[in-house]
Amino acid sequence: MDIFLQQVINGLSLGSIYALIALGYTMVYGIIKLINFAHGEIYMIGAYIGFFAITALGIGFFPALIISMVGCAILGMVIEKIAYKPLRNSSRIAALITAIGVSLFLQYTGVFFFKAEPKVFPKILSDGRMNIFGTKAYISYQQLTIFVVTILLMLLLQYIVHFTKTGKAMRAVAYDKDAATLMGINTNNTISMTFAIGSALAGAAGVMVGVYYSAITPLMGVMPGLKAFVAAVLGGIGIIPGAFTGGMILGLIEAMVSGYGNSLYRDAVAFFILIVILIIKPTGLFGKNEKEKV
Amino acid sequence: MKILEINKLVKLFGGLAAVSKFDLYINKGELVGLIGPNGAGKTTAFNLITGVYEPTSGEVIFAGENIAGVKPFKINQKGMARTFQNIRLFKDLTVLDNVRIAYHSHVKYSVFSSLFRLKSFFVEEKEIEEKAIDFLKIFSLDHKKDELAKNLPYGEQRRLEIARALAAQPKLLLLDEPAAGMNPQETHDLMELIAMIREKFDLTILLIEHDMSLVMGVCERIYVLDHGMLIANGTPDVIRNDPKVIEAYLGEEA
Amino acid sequence: MKINRQLVFNLSLAFILFFLIHFLMSAKIISQYYQLNIYLLFINIIMATSLNLVNGFLGQLHLGHAGFMAIGAYTSAAMTTNMDLPFLPSILVGSIAAFVVGVLVGYPILRLGGDYLAIATLGFGEIVRIMIVNTEYVGGARGLSGIPRYTNWPILFLITVAIILLIRNYINSSHGRAVLSIREDEIAAETMGINLTKYKVMTFAIAAFFAGTAGALYAHYFFIITPATFNFLKSVDYLVMAVLGGLGSITGSIFAATGLTIISALLQDFGAVRMIAYSVVLVAIMLFRPSGLMGTKEMKFSFLDKKGGNKE
Repeated sequence: MDIFLQQVINGLSLGSIYALIALGYTMVYGIIKLINFAHGEIYMIGAYIGFFAITALGIGFFPALIISMVGCAILGMVIEKIAYKPLRNSSRIAALITAIGVSLFLQYTGVFFFKAEPKVFPKILSDGRMNIFGTKAYISYQQLTIFVVTILLMLLLQYIVHFTKTGKAMRAVAYDKDAATLMGINTNNTISMTFAIGSALAGAAGVMVGVYYSAITPLMGVMPGLKAFVAAVLGGIGIIPGAFTGGMILGLIEAMVSGYGNSLYRDAVAFFILIVILIIKPTGLFGKNEKEKV
Repeated sequence: MKILEINKLVKLFGGLAAVSKFDLYINKGELVGLIGPNGAGKTTAFNLITGVYEPTSGEVIFAGENIAGVKPFKINQKGMARTFQNIRLFKDLTVLDNVRIAYHSHVKYSVFSSLFRLKSFFVEEKEIEEKAIDFLKIFSLDHKKDELAKNLPYGEQRRLEIARALAAQPKLLLLDEPAAGMNPQETHDLMELIAMIREKFDLTILLIEHDMSLVMGVCERIYVLDHGMLIANGTPDVIRNDPKVIEAYLGEEA
Repeated sequence: MKINRQLVFNLSLAFILFFLIHFLMSAKIISQYYQLNIYLLFINIIMATSLNLVNGFLGQLHLGHAGFMAIGAYTSAAMTTNMDLPFLPSILVGSIAAFVVGVLVGYPILRLGGDYLAIATLGFGEIVRIMIVNTEYVGGARGLSGIPRYTNWPILFLITVAIILLIRNYINSSHGRAVLSIREDEIAAETMGINLTKYKVMTFAIAAFFAGTAGALYAHYFFIITPATFNFLKSVDYLVMAVLGGLGSITGSIFAATGLTIISALLQDFGAVRMIAYSVVLVAIMLFRPSGLMGTKEMKFSFLDKKGGNKE
């Protein structure tokens, strides 16, 4: 039971990270139907921005988090403008390959500048932990921070999407880009904004992972990026609460596999779930079925 | 003899009944029209008959066999072919290939034979090409056989789609607004062509059309759909004077 | 029977190339390093053309081709290394293993369209890799070493040419046209009597078979294989070759595989810069020439098509 509780806590922390990355994936997919493979790399850059902000400027966790989010938001918009915007009307495979190209570009630019060796992330949050209701399970302050920050960001995102003009525009463009344009919505700005928000969330995830695992590398974004996409698909791609739930579920399952089974299979589980969900219900837990119109 | 008989066909999309309690029959050799205002469910009915959509309930009996819910390719192989309202050619393939593909279910040589270029491959390929060109000749498209389908003018694309459907050698041909977007002269030529192939290939035809005058001119019997329901059926004369039909059409225009 | 001049000419050209390289290799004019890259090139050609079968001709996004290569490589290498079986049967069994997995995996996932299929195949490739990491019998994460070097120049060359011919024969047949029609318009294809599932799964599995062959040839040249060799990046490499050459062009894939292998060999010492250049080129191609070098066309020697002469 104690192990179980401990794995639930670990799973929710890991799931929070997946959820934050998955949100960006799902928002971008929802609006331009592109699997933004470079999203995992934005998360990696976010971790490095956090790292340099803390080591060079000597600032604390929250200022570093904000700087990283802003930096990633800008990076996301730039990538969209340079690489994806010109391809908006070309084939899906062209867009997908471009995304893979951008992803490789960021990875190896990272290797070039930051070197392939892991950097040790400064210990910026207390190492303390608290006991849960007298059991042998513990929650560390880092985990608590990750969890709370994720929930706050999720609430903020829900507020933006549902109660602001930008959010309304985003939903309109996701639903029907042409109609939205005809209704006077600036589609380009709205898409830019979507990339900015999604990337900022990934940036936040990057800094928190740095704090949590205390080591960062230029290739750290590949696996979490892919898995976050799995989480987005699990919840129903394009659906914001779906991405959140999918991320949490994936985190929990991985923690359970590590805790009770063989941690080497942890990575395979995510992809196995992916294939099962795609076969049983490709639209995900929260998705609706649609059939091509003839 | 009935070649197609539809009993109480229903298709629900969510809660919406796109087609409800639809009955229809076609005798062998007939040319029957299916008309109705926009959004009446005509194309949905076609999709249900050809297997593109699975019916929610009801029967589609084709040549004595219930084919409701059977996959489209099997229905095609049983002897039914169709065209589409919004032309669905294999755009980046040649005119000849478009027709040859429709002949595929009649091809007997195996994948093995094609991989290793056995004699059966060469013999049958020659035969396929000759037959395909014969079909193209009927539609006067044979001189364009090596052009990509997407490069044909609109009217020729419509004709090619019919040629492709015919190459599958169907017993029943379903045409979804074959004259859409054509001028009166082209429409007239097309109607003559349809009459000709019907004769030549001993075909039964079900036709969706929007143009009332045209349907009245060629069809022997007509079914009228509105809001997914059958509101009238009978000879053109009966349809012309049916108050429900007049209301459906005038209601739409008003 | 008609004589296909293009085919005869291309085959003659291929065999001249074969003897030329054979001579250069045995006379040690080509250094060991370049010889290695020539072997790699031919394996890449098999991978790129077979992947093109799925991505180009069938029009389905497949991002896990390296997974099939791994199955062929590991199955055949386990047979020769762990069981001391002869080479040719091992290649065959490795390829068949990839084919069978292709059918089993393809059947459920090929119902998915577009991006969903892309991500499912990507997941498949990763699952294969992780399964191998966890299989101690073939060395786990350390890899399988001590594989005998059975792949020699004549075997590699003959198999590559044979595979290209088989793919070409498949595409230029009624079955191949069925495959193309699925790429063009699934609904129209299905209403024209094409069994979508059958042709999707069969084409996917044939591509898997050839990837398995390529994997077996790879394993028996490089002495050692590790699961990391067959990661997602490897699948991307082949995808790039197929796309750069032109999806739907066999000759395009051959050219692109050749070009990229050479560039990659020349930039071997530049590590990160090589990958940066590679990614920039990739994005640039997509931005400026998304249909690749050849589009869906095949290269032909037009002087061989005499007026009124034989046509295929």
